[in-house]
Amino acid sequence: MEQQIFHHTYENGITLVAQPMPWLESAAFSISVPAGCRYDARSQLGIANFACEMVQRGCGSLNSREFIEALESLGVDYSSSASLYNTNFGGAMQAAQLHDALKIYADVLRRPAFPEDQLEDGRLVCFQEIAALGDDLAQRALQKLRTNFYGSVDGRNCEGTLETVQSLTLDDIKRFYDRHYRPNGLIIACAGKLNFESLQSHVGELFHDWQPKPEPEVSNAPSTHGVEHIEYESEQTHIAIAYPGVPYSHENYYLNRGAIGVLSGGMSSRLFTEVREKRGLCYTVFASCHTLKDKGAVLCYSGTTNERAQETLDVIIAELQKLAHGIKEDELRRLKVQIRSGMVMQQESCRGRAGSIAGDWFHLDRVRTLDEVNQKINELTVESINEYLAANPPQSFDIVTLGPQPLEFEANGISATQA
Amino acid sequence: MEYRQHRLDNGLNILAECNPQAYTSAFGFFVRTGARDETSEISGVSHFLEHMVFKGTPNRSAAQVNLELDEMGSSSNARTGEESTIYHAAVLPEFQGQVVELLSDIMRPSLRVDDFETEKQVIIEEIKMYDDQPPYGGYERMMLEFFGNHPLGQSVLGTVESVSGLTPDSMMSYFKERYSPSNICFAGAGKIDFDQLVEDLDKHCGEWTPSFPERSTQPADYQQGFVSMHKPNSHQQYILQMAAGPSSEQETRFAAAVMNSIIGDDSGSRLYWEFLDSGLAESAGMGGYDYQGSGATMSFICCSPEQAQENLGRLTKLQQTIRSEGFTQKELDLAKRKIASHIVLASERTNSRMFSIGSQWLSEESFKTVAEIAAIYESVTLDQIHEALASFPLDQNMTVTVGPCENLVTPY
Repeated sequence: MEQQIFHHTYENGITLVAQPMPWLESAAFSISVPAGCRYDARSQLGIANFACEMVQRGCGSLNSREFIEALESLGVDYSSSASLYNTNFGGAMQAAQLHDALKIYADVLRRPAFPEDQLEDGRLVCFQEIAALGDDLAQRALQKLRTNFYGSVDGRNCEGTLETVQSLTLDDIKRFYDRHYRPNGLIIACAGKLNFESLQSHVGELFHDWQPKPEPEVSNAPSTHGVEHIEYESEQTHIAIAYPGVPYSHENYYLNRGAIGVLSGGMSSRLFTEVREKRGLCYTVFASCHTLKDKGAVLCYSGTTNERAQETLDVIIAELQKLAHGIKEDELRRLKVQIRSGMVMQQESCRGRAGSIAGDWFHLDRVRTLDEVNQKINELTVESINEYLAANPPQSFDIVTLGPQPLEFEANGISATQA
Repeated sequence: MEYRQHRLDNGLNILAECNPQAYTSAFGFFVRTGARDETSEISGVSHFLEHMVFKGTPNRSAAQVNLELDEMGSSSNARTGEESTIYHAAVLPEFQGQVVELLSDIMRPSLRVDDFETEKQVIIEEIKMYDDQPPYGGYERMMLEFFGNHPLGQSVLGTVESVSGLTPDSMMSYFKERYSPSNICFAGAGKIDFDQLVEDLDKHCGEWTPSFPERSTQPADYQQGFVSMHKPNSHQQYILQMAAGPSSEQETRFAAAVMNSIIGDDSGSRLYWEFLDSGLAESAGMGGYDYQGSGATMSFICCSPEQAQENLGRLTKLQQTIRSEGFTQKELDLAKRKIASHIVLASERTNSRMFSIGSQWLSEESFKTVAEIAAIYESVTLDQIHEALASFPLDQNMTVTVGPCENLVTPY
């Protein structure tokens, strides 16, 4: 299947990147505004998320209700969220509506009304998002782990705290918007049944007169390495483990990705086989590559009944340590087919592709085509992965457990105060 | 796009939507069996059996099944519900023959004792996992309270006790009765060589012996009431409410689905404006659950414990307003627009087409194309929605609430 990626960077710094998928009847967009929660001031945690909520409560000539109705009359299945680097707006729809949908989002990004009477409703929505985290025990363990591992800026969650969100005023939000909603660094990714030339001129008309703004500086906070237990009366103990990986832009990314695929890429992967299939210790266990712009991590998780949590932890740590001794030919062969197959399946979804090319552009300033990824995967060898693993063995584990009892780490060679 | 159908001599149905332009193929066995077909002694057996199907056959060990699924790069899984158990895999078209052979083979599992005992632990872990997740057993309790003694009130997962008591023998006799070829449909979508598919399935499944299982589809006697489950360390309060809805045979279900979208879609609906836009709840929605012979509509609200009583009152008031004032043409038009768009997006995924075909067979033994389904929704009128609302009143319901609140009372 032929894959063409088009891109254009406008004078004000907006990049339009698109993949025509002429076999579909639908189209999708994914807009990344460089206004993520890493730009939240320490006293204003949650402001990027609150701003994301408020720009959608009236914009251009539309009030809050008219905005939603306009999207619905176009049949746009829309979403929005603040993440670490960006605030993201996405939508999927029948292809003919793409230009009209983008026109509405030009108002969201450039002409939000910030109506005073919507502020408290918007604040309550942000409170609800904070409350939602409270009952998601797996996310709580993983979130705490990310904060410990990456530090309190790069590892933060975007919801903020009840106190900081309570303190935010409409002026604070407007100031955040003025500073961070900017064309330079903004990515508009589209995929589906589309014509790039007309899309380029349409996006140009909507955004060309938006002036660039200075790029803000952010400094990260230090990490808190080691082991942490969160005491909680739960049925299962939730175990989250992190160790250093490589970012998506790194030349070794696919070597690490290959190794983690062997560890946790399918039903025959090592973690699934050893923890669940052979021992029946859990329902969920996984490891995955997590990436920031300049650093990465391998994150592992399992949830297991309290009396079996110690054994689950021990088996996972043993498998991580064993990975350093290398992978086998048949494991890599299976992984290659899986990755190739997954890439083809992604071609069925314009939404998936729009998100994926936006991510590529953000991390790489270009898009890896399927051919390129395919080539990188084909080039992986047992030797190259094992060489990488020998030089970068899984170690320096940071661990967060959540449950009624802390676990023992000494036997695994992990000290509770490990740096 | 071509629609093909074939029935093997032993009754196994084969349905496929063949699209030569597709890049992938998706296949699935749809078995008409689930929690409603269990007795209380074997509660949870359908779901446990679904796990055991992946644990090997006379021809393959459990590890081999996993290895081969991965070797094909398949995206595969299984699910069990109140009235169906589905095994499915999506692959690149070149693997059609291989994946059909594998899926066919695992549908005749060995149920070996060692595997059975290990997998029992996984099931217990799964039960415990859901115990830690909202709404903390609230859904199972709702089904039990709303359907009363009707088989649809039975839990899919079962309990730690019922699952612990299951034996390979009891599972095998359930399997022999329920996994009859006449009770199974094989559905496919995407790039499929249909003639080859039929030939292969005849070879692999042609010897399966029919057993003619039965299912009671007597309509349920829906219960009303208010049940409070106390969960002190939950942060949020969860409110579930179930009222009668159309069954999967009733034509009203399409109008009811449009009505559910107007009232309870996750965006732009009545519940959205009442609870989500205002920030009065973390989530709120309403959806249909249609089964053979019975059906339900469930509303769901998750909010802070302090807000729960007021939200219950607001939900009731909203239902009263809807009952007295009905819906507007504008609401209907927006909902239809939204549904049309969802249908197009879903139709582009072979996996989603395969599910649609298999599920239609389970409920009505018929097939509708994407265009036919879209046309039905497009034809829904305001009168039909108002009729659906009158037939299935939302204020005659069972309410189950879970969370830290101890003193919530019914708003009626």
